[in-house]
Formats: sequence, structure tokens, C-alpha cells
Amino acid sequence: MSNDDRGIPRTTPRQSATFTQDVNSEIRRAAATGIYDIRGGGAAKRKLPTFDDLLFLGASISRYPLEGYREKCDTNVTIGGLHASNPIHLDIPITIAGMSFGALSGPAKEALGRGASAAGTSTTTGDGGMTPEERGHSSKLVYQYLPSRYGMNPDDLRKADAIEIVVGQGAKPGGGGMLLGQKISDRVANMRNLPKGIDQRSACRHPDWTGPDDLEIKILELREITGWRVPIYVKIAGARPYYDTTLAVKAGADAIVLDGMQGGTAATQDVFIEHVGQPTLAIIRPAVKALQDLGMHRKVQLILSGGIRSGADVAKAMALGADAVAIGTAALIALGDNDPKWEAEYNKLGTTAGAYDDWHEGQDPAGITTQDPELMKRFDPIEGGRRLRNYLKVMTLEAQTIARACGKNHLHNLEPEDLVALTMEAAAMAQVPLAGTDWWPGKSGSF
Amino acid sequence: MQTYDLSTGSLRELNATLHAQNETTNQTAWEIMNPRGAHAIACGLDSPIEVTVRGSTGYYSAGMNQQATVNIKGSAGPGVAENMMSGKVVIDGDASQYAGATGHGGLLVIKGNASSRCGISMKGINIVVHGSIGHMSAFMAQSGNLVVCGDAGEALGDSCYEARLFVRGTVKSLGADCEEKEMRPEHLEILRTLLAEGECNARPEEFKRYGSARTLYNFNIDNAY
Repeated sequence: MSNDDRGIPRTTPRQSATFTQDVNSEIRRAAATGIYDIRGGGAAKRKLPTFDDLLFLGASISRYPLEGYREKCDTNVTIGGLHASNPIHLDIPITIAGMSFGALSGPAKEALGRGASAAGTSTTTGDGGMTPEERGHSSKLVYQYLPSRYGMNPDDLRKADAIEIVVGQGAKPGGGGMLLGQKISDRVANMRNLPKGIDQRSACRHPDWTGPDDLEIKILELREITGWRVPIYVKIAGARPYYDTTLAVKAGADAIVLDGMQGGTAATQDVFIEHVGQPTLAIIRPAVKALQDLGMHRKVQLILSGGIRSGADVAKAMALGADAVAIGTAALIALGDNDPKWEAEYNKLGTTAGAYDDWHEGQDPAGITTQDPELMKRFDPIEGGRRLRNYLKVMTLEAQTIARACGKNHLHNLEPEDLVALTMEAAAMAQVPLAGTDWWPGKSGSF
Repeated sequence: MQTYDLSTGSLRELNATLHAQNETTNQTAWEIMNPRGAHAIACGLDSPIEVTVRGSTGYYSAGMNQQATVNIKGSAGPGVAENMMSGKVVIDGDASQYAGATGHGGLLVIKGNASSRCGISMKGINIVVHGSIGHMSAFMAQSGNLVVCGDAGEALGDSCYEARLFVRGTVKSLGADCEEKEMRPEHLEILRTLLAEGECNARPEEFKRYGSARTLYNFNIDNAY
């Protein structure tokens, strides 16, 4: 650095570690607008402990591996056999999470159905009801039962292959939804019975039940209406996974969908996304313990979601006790969301491919999170479905590769003992040993 | 008249039997004895039958009703006629919380009082209450008509959308973004029709109308709470 006019060396300009450029730009934005920042996605903009902080040990002398491409490693899973006469049989343990028609375009929902069906798995409706194109292209469709009850009706309920009562969402435990006016087209408004162009707010809790005792009766009602045929899932955010899982099972759930804070949303306050909830890695063991304490592990299925990206994530979730996973954001990226081929368009919106998260504004250059007919034309649901199928296949192959290396002939046979952690945090959350040790924080005794 | 006794039969068998009735059934009149507060009685019906429940019911009786008429000759527990699509539900006694919640259509008549959150998130249902209703009624009510011949509790119509709320008595307080609206001739006509269908002899001119002030329809920081 140069010297000042007195000959004293200038020090290097030093940015604040507290008031970073990101923080300062948000303060300036808030001061200019008076409105909190709303965005889509999950808590992926900050560093969190993730499945990347875990490693598989693989086989050695004490355990022998299975031949990579020749020996069988099954991936199927049955969900909802506890109470339902028609449980869901999936070929792969990777499902598509609930995303609404409204947040997504009709063709995008169709593509999710096409891709999931081709891969032998289920897809899920969202806050806004069931569309014919989604039902028609989904061999197995889970119908979400949400606080808003937008589009809820008994005819669609009976068309569903499973019902998912949504209590919470990882991106916003304790929060409702919103769909801003730009995306309330005539069709969306009609399905939700709302005026066109208004900011639609979804309630944060159900209108006709509160607490676990009520939930038990609500589940009874839904079973009576659907003749006890289809499984009933309960989706909870990763807020208090031990107690919430316990209460959901007590209320009669066939399956628990557990969503960590990396789980995406179509639109919520940034402060909510980033500061409420727990990382996906931290919530799975308490939920599994709850199921084990009740004698319900593997009887009531656990579907984990929130930032699942690869076959390694799938394998790690299952090793920690999940029966299946659900993907949302990853599925959208597979369809083409945030693709660099639209970089010039992202730049026009003041962002860049990979960082685009204003899904609520309805201007998605990829034509996925929009109701704009012109933008929607950019997205081909057949090609999107093919891409999603490919991605699901790759994830499955990756998970099988790891499972075989660990000597497992079914993904469900993966176990915590196959894992070690790279960090103290991950060791504590996953309750697997810190690499190179036989210890994790909170562990009592020794091997 | 077909009679089903819940003191000897099961809820599952009762509902399965009622669900099995189709548009052309000649078993159009059903009587349910000894409900004893059971939950989910006569939910999910979808045929033009008339079901009379001789006693009081638990949660979610006549839930998601389509086409059918359900008469409850007693009081109803929480969530009666929740998410009703069409048809008619008449309660001789009182109704607990969430009566008619999220209902899309049909007519719900409560001859006694209704508790809190009556008509919460209603989406097209018509509700006529002969007595009074509790707090937070018509919360986020989207469309349809709520007619209250008695009084309304606190925070009526909080965050409501386009539902019409008619109250003859006093309103303890209005919820966020709910205001008194002008009563125009078309509203008096709606009231006249609903009061007649709801077997209520109140006069439309005695009511006041409430609805959304529409200040929360698009976010504005000056309207934030």
C-alpha cells in the first residue's frame, strides 16, 4: 500500500465481518422500501451443517462389499401399510415434494408427474389444489391437505393415492404461505376462489383443528371419507422432531414427512427462511428415535426432505433411519430452473443463474415458476419430465453404488454405523463418530 | 326410512353404507340413532339422501358433504359441515368451533348458537345462524354469505376477502381489514332468500353488512400489523 502525505503507510481497507456487503445491501433495500425481503428457496444461502459433513466408511475386512454392477441392491419402498388398504409402492425411495400449481406453471407440474412416474415414484400437489394435467401424468399422486384448503374437495381427495396433512414446512415452521398478486392468474384465482391479482395469504395453521387430539379426529374423518383406502402422511417442519413425530404417530399417521430448513418454499420472508427451523441433518435422528421409542420405526415411514441433492444425500438420509426422501428444489433445477443458458435474462432481473430466487414475482426466465403464458412457452413438459427421470435415475444409481460398497443389498440396510462425521457439529447432529474417533458429542460410554 | 343404531353398529359400517348410496337410490331417508357424540358421522356423503341424526354429534359431522341433507337433532361438535361442497346441513341445537369451515357451497343452518371461528376460511358456503357466533368468525373468509341473527364476538371477519357477513345484533369488534358496508337492494334480496331457506323469521332490514375493506389485498407497509 502507498503512504499517506505524511509518509505513514496506509492500512488495507477492511470490510466488517458483521456488516458485510450482503447485510448492508439488505439494510439499504429495507430502508428504501419498508417491506421485508420475500424470496423463494430454502436456507441454502448460509453455511449450515449438511450431509456433506458425513462420509461413508465403505467395506473392509470386517464387512465385505457387493459387486458394483452385478449384485442386487434393491431400492423399493412401501409407504402407508399401517392403516391403509392401498399403501403406496415405490420403485425408488426418492419422491417429489409438494409444490403448488400457482407457484409452478401447469406444464411444470405436468413435467414433475411425468418424470416421477417414469422413475417409479410419487409426486405431490401443493397449496392450490389438484390439476387435471398433474393427476393425469402422475401414476402416484400425493394430495396435500393444507391450512388454506384451496381447491380442496372430496372428489379430488378420492382421486389421490395418498393424503399429506401439511402441518409445517422446513423453510418456515410456524408460518403460512403466500402467493403474490403477480401470479394470481384467472385460473389460479378460480382454483383458489380468490380475486385475481391480490396477494394470497395461506394460513399458518389449520382452520378446523388444533393440537394432536384434534389431529387424530381429523385423520379419522379423512379416512372415513376415503374409505380407509389411502395412506395419510403428516408433514412437519424440523422444529421439534422428536415430539412432533411422536404426536403425529399417536394421531394415527401412516407416514411422517420431515422437512429441514434447507427445504424450499415458493415465497416467504428471507428472515423466516434463514432464521427459523433446524438443518435437515439435525432433525433426522430425533425423529427416528421417536419412532423407535414407539416401536414404529419402519412401520410408520419417515420421508426426509430439505436440501437433498444427490444419491449420497439419499444414502446418508437412509443410513440415519429415513425410509425415503423428497426433493423439491433439486427437481426444479433438473427441470431447468436457474440454468445458465438464461444468464442474459437473469442479468436483466438483476441477478445471475444460480442465485435467482424471486420465484414469487412470476418472471422466471426458465418458465417454471410463473403463470406468464409467454414465459411458460419456454418450458417443454415432455423434455422436463425426461430430465427429471434421468436425474432420479442417477441419484438412485449413486445411492446403490454407496450401499453396495457398504455391503448392503437394499438401501434400507444402510445404517448409522456406516457413517463418520467430518465436523464436531455433524457428529453431534447425526450421532455418528467424528472421523478417526469412536466418539461424538453427547455420547456416553464407549464401544 | 332406513335406521342405523350407532350403539350397536360401527361408524365405519355406517359411513360405508351411506357412501354406497348413489344418485338413483330409493333409500333416500336415513335415521341415525344413539350418535352419542361420535366423530365424523355422515361425512363424505355424495348422493341426494336425507340423514337425520337423533342426538348430538362429535367432530366433523357431515364433513365435505355433497348433495345430501343432514339434520342433527341435537348439538354438533367442532367442524360440522367443514368443507361442505353442496347440500344442506341443519343443526337444531348449538354448534361448536369452526362450523362450516372452508365450505365451498351448500347451506348450513344452526338454530342455536355457534362458537368461535364460525365460517372460518369459507369459500362459497352459505351459513345461517339463528343465535350468536363467537370470536374470530369468518376469519379469512373468501366468499359466500354468513348470516347471524344474534350477536358476533370479537374480531369478526379478520383478514376476510369477498365473503358477505350479515349481523342483526351487535358486533363486539371487527377484525383487521373488516368494515361495515353499504346494504344495497341486492344484499337485502340475498338475505331474504337465505333467511327463508334457513327457516328464520328475522327481517332483512334489521341486519348490517360487513366485508373486506380490501386494504390487505396487496402488501403495503403502512397496513402492516
